[in-house]
Amino acid sequence: MSNVGIVIVSHSPLVAEGTADMVRQMVGDEVPLAWCGGNGHGGLGTNVEAIMGAIDKAWSEAGVAILVDLGGAETNSEMAVEMIGEPRSHKIIVCNAPIVEGAVMAATEASGGASLREVVATAHELSPS
Amino acid sequence: MAALNLAGLITAAADVVAAHAEELTALDQAIGDGDHGLNMKRGFEAVRAEAGAFSAKPLPEALKAIGTKLVMTVGGASGPLFGTLFLALGKEISAEPDRANLTAAFGKAIEAVAARGKSQAGQKTMLDVLQPVHDALLQGKTAPEIADIADAAAEATVPMKALRGRASFLGDRSIGHMDAGARSTALLVRTVAQTIGESA
Repeated sequence: MSNVGIVIVSHSPLVAEGTADMVRQMVGDEVPLAWCGGNGHGGLGTNVEAIMGAIDKAWSEAGVAILVDLGGAETNSEMAVEMIGEPRSHKIIVCNAPIVEGAVMAATEASGGASLREVVATAHELSPS
Repeated sequence: MAALNLAGLITAAADVVAAHAEELTALDQAIGDGDHGLNMKRGFEAVRAEAGAFSAKPLPEALKAIGTKLVMTVGGASGPLFGTLFLALGKEISAEPDRANLTAAFGKAIEAVAARGKSQAGQKTMLDVLQPVHDALLQGKTAPEIADIADAAAEATVPMKALRGRASFLGDRSIGHMDAGARSTALLVRTVAQTIGESA
């Protein structure tokens, strides 16, 4: 698919899956979408391996925008991007935006064929600077 | 500096993390999410399980492999932070480092951790131990002195207000507790100092 992909990373698998549900219902299937959440041991948290897997699943040559919740999700997502390495890492951006609103708005923008830069900018507009 | 016994160092580090896992968890329960001890123990046990393979590699490759393993197994925010420390150290260190190379590589590794955590010293994090340890390396302190400096630095996080990580959500209520990451860093510094000190 040529549209920008969206990855949702929450400490809670329920939040991540619920956010992905909202994107699917409100935006549709035109956007590659993947989510992950939980520490891999049944508890809250995020883990790098799962994030790398979600990026692969939502991969698009147009790039991938990642939406995160709390600090550790951001740190782990940035680590995952670094471990994926070049050249793909240049096409992956961790957004500074609220996770639910950011995912829906970014996916809406992506579904219209917008570039990664435009998708990320749309998500960032939601964050007070 | 004598050849480093990396397998011995891994065993010692995993032992100290396991021995202090409950203490680290208790510190983290006070102002964090209470999983630091368990997470660190899981990561260092995973490193211990492959100590033979790691220690067969040249030091830079070994440190990078240990860093990757920690990223994948520690979890939480600590995984990327401690993992980045080892990954960056591996990128900068030479196969047989002297003190100058170790000090320079350690300085670069601290910068990488600060960038990863978007943090700096003074915010009640592991950086508050790493930075004084780097200063001590620069000043030519001995291994036992450096171990004591690391402990004192961890202790000095008690009155600090957390500005990064989960503890920062508590604001002023984070004051009066030692940062768990600073404590685990000090434990590891002491272990490394003792191991290198013995082989020097």
